[in-house]
Amino acid sequence: MFVHDTLLNRLKRGCETMAYPAGPAPALPDRHGGALRVEAAKCQAGCAACVAVCPTEAITRPPNQAVALDLGRCIFCAECIKACPAGAITQTGDHRLAVRRRDDLVLGEAGREQLRLAVALDAKLRRLFGRSLKLRQVSAGGCNACEADTNVLGTIGWDLGRFGIQFVASPRHADGLLITGPVSKNMELALRKTYAAVPEPRIVIAVGACAIAGGPFVGHPQVNNGAGALVPVDLFIPGCPPHPLTILDGLLRLLGRLEDAPRRS
Amino acid sequence: MNRATPFALLTNGTALQWTAVPEWPLADFLRHVGAELGRGERLSSLFGVPEGGALRLVAVLAFDAGNTLAVGRSQPFAGSFPALTATHAQAHLFEREIWEQHGAVPENHPWLKAVRKDHGAGPAVGDFFRVDGREIHEVAVGPVHAGIIEPGHFRFQCAGEEVLHLEIALGYQHRGIEEALAGGPHRATVYQMETVAGDTTIAHATAYATALEALAGAEAPLRAQWLRAIALELERLANHTGDLGALAGDVAFLPTASACGKIRGDFLNLTALLCGNRFGRGLVRPGGCPQDGEPERLAKLRERLETALAEVQQAAAWLWDAASVRTRFENTGHLHAKQAAEIGLVGPAARACGLVRDVRFDHPAGWFRFAQVPVSVWPDGDVFARARVRWLEIQRSGEFLREQLDTAPEGETLAPLPALAPDALAVALVEGWRGEVCHVALTGADGRLRRYKITDPSFHNWTGVALALRSQAISDFPLCNKSFNLSYCGFDL
Repeated sequence: MFVHDTLLNRLKRGCETMAYPAGPAPALPDRHGGALRVEAAKCQAGCAACVAVCPTEAITRPPNQAVALDLGRCIFCAECIKACPAGAITQTGDHRLAVRRRDDLVLGEAGREQLRLAVALDAKLRRLFGRSLKLRQVSAGGCNACEADTNVLGTIGWDLGRFGIQFVASPRHADGLLITGPVSKNMELALRKTYAAVPEPRIVIAVGACAIAGGPFVGHPQVNNGAGALVPVDLFIPGCPPHPLTILDGLLRLLGRLEDAPRRS
Repeated sequence: MNRATPFALLTNGTALQWTAVPEWPLADFLRHVGAELGRGERLSSLFGVPEGGALRLVAVLAFDAGNTLAVGRSQPFAGSFPALTATHAQAHLFEREIWEQHGAVPENHPWLKAVRKDHGAGPAVGDFFRVDGREIHEVAVGPVHAGIIEPGHFRFQCAGEEVLHLEIALGYQHRGIEEALAGGPHRATVYQMETVAGDTTIAHATAYATALEALAGAEAPLRAQWLRAIALELERLANHTGDLGALAGDVAFLPTASACGKIRGDFLNLTALLCGNRFGRGLVRPGGCPQDGEPERLAKLRERLETALAEVQQAAAWLWDAASVRTRFENTGHLHAKQAAEIGLVGPAARACGLVRDVRFDHPAGWFRFAQVPVSVWPDGDVFARARVRWLEIQRSGEFLREQLDTAPEGETLAPLPALAPDALAVALVEGWRGEVCHVALTGADGRLRRYKITDPSFHNWTGVALALRSQAISDFPLCNKSFNLSYCGFDL
């Protein structure tokens, strides 16, 4: 009898929601690699081996300048790491990747070897959204991987609801948009209309390489190379797709809820 | 295959010279294709290949019973052609696509309108089929949906609660994948193949790799083929488990919904254990698999697999045990076997109508030549049947992985890929979790890709959703739609 079964099973299993952020973050898969670190100072003169292998042209090295890796365009294929003879690009294993400004995703020169992680919203927006953030999700050319790993945050293991974050069924009920996909030309109008339908003040979160810069489809005439071309973006979460932990970290960081964590544990 | 056919026969995952593909005047080509479809054969793909200012049509037929594929082509022609759709509904979307991509008009096509509307200001919405009458009302849903779902537009013609007709307009996700492949493969191509449908990364990447390997006259090392099969079944397990949970959620049966949401993630994490990415990015490459699984890793995989399988067994048992679930699943969204065969339905949706078709069984390639998975079939054609087939497949995939993880072939997993043969055509089918993924690659004289055709199972199956909704209550749409769970981006390309 399933009623008896399910109740018994639930009691036996106890709470399955992870302790994070009060406890330690779950480990990324060992082959994941996490964020990248780029030390342009290590680059050999005239070398552009990484530039040639990058599938999304995320890496540039203009003559006589330092190499620059745009983690917003990066799909984390790690080809550049294999190609680099100087070990200038390394994986840090860090799941934290979200930033507030597009420019903060560009790594390489001295002092900018790693991401400048997102700071929280200002005090006024934090007061409004800090304990209740309702988002409308717009998939605009997304391949259903970013969508799936955003969706998974609603499952019992992650339980996004405990932070007051929820995906709602109407832009009228929303405080902002969470956008995935490179914003196909065919979704441009729908995205603009959805954005306009969200009452102010509103925030926009771009999840995944596509939504930040077009991902594997960058440069195709059928896409807009990311949401930033159409709407102002407040939070960029890189990855292809970002691990659910990376997305959660970004959301909590934006709401200023991560600094609180050590105090509660 | 012992009956005579004018088509060139080839095995899944192989190539033949472009000149060896039989060529007929357009009228004969259409007659031959029509004749095979009339015999009950399946249209895996039908597409145009531009030649100068003219167009050729190429048909890839699946002779499932004969375990072989058949290809043929027309001579170049200009202008219009008589629509096959008038007599063979399987060609319906293919002919609309040919019209959209190349401008060749399929004459007497019963419903000729855009499929994706390339380069337009908007997607493929436009004139919808309308039912007129005093009691009739129209309901428009999408493109942006209530949950975290890809965009698509659904237009219902209803009499009260009852849906008389549903028309599905897609194209919102169009990213120009096929167009970008011309002159390829390019540096970004394999990454685009992995994201044709991001939840079907392994199936699409395997089809792409197999097509290229066939053109290069090479075969991936045996251990790579084995790894691809393992990853393909993990992909199926994750998605089928997620679907069972979502179906449970749609009928407000929360125990299975919440359990399966988590277990789905556990299966995705097994894929991540192999390659670092939950969706299998980087696992499959033309020439093999770049990352091998060392014994400790595979032992850990095996151990975690057992846990997840035991949990999904429990969650599914609740679902089948609940009368409240059965009453909602049974007789909802019904599709007859005859309809399914007519529209060329594939995958679990077809098997849930009693059709015995599964690429792994009918057209085995790669590791499936050596290790078979029984075809899971259920006869009823309703939501219950589609859920049930998924559960049967979860069990079969679990069994397959248990057996295969113990019998891994030794050796390398990656070999360099030789240059692609010029002027050759390769066909690769893979049974993805939604059904048949079909990739057709054609090279030019320079050995670069001249035309590349991708057919996601969703391309065949969206029509099934529309048919299943007829005379259903509109409130059952979410449940019916979820029971198919088709891809928007895989269709839109």
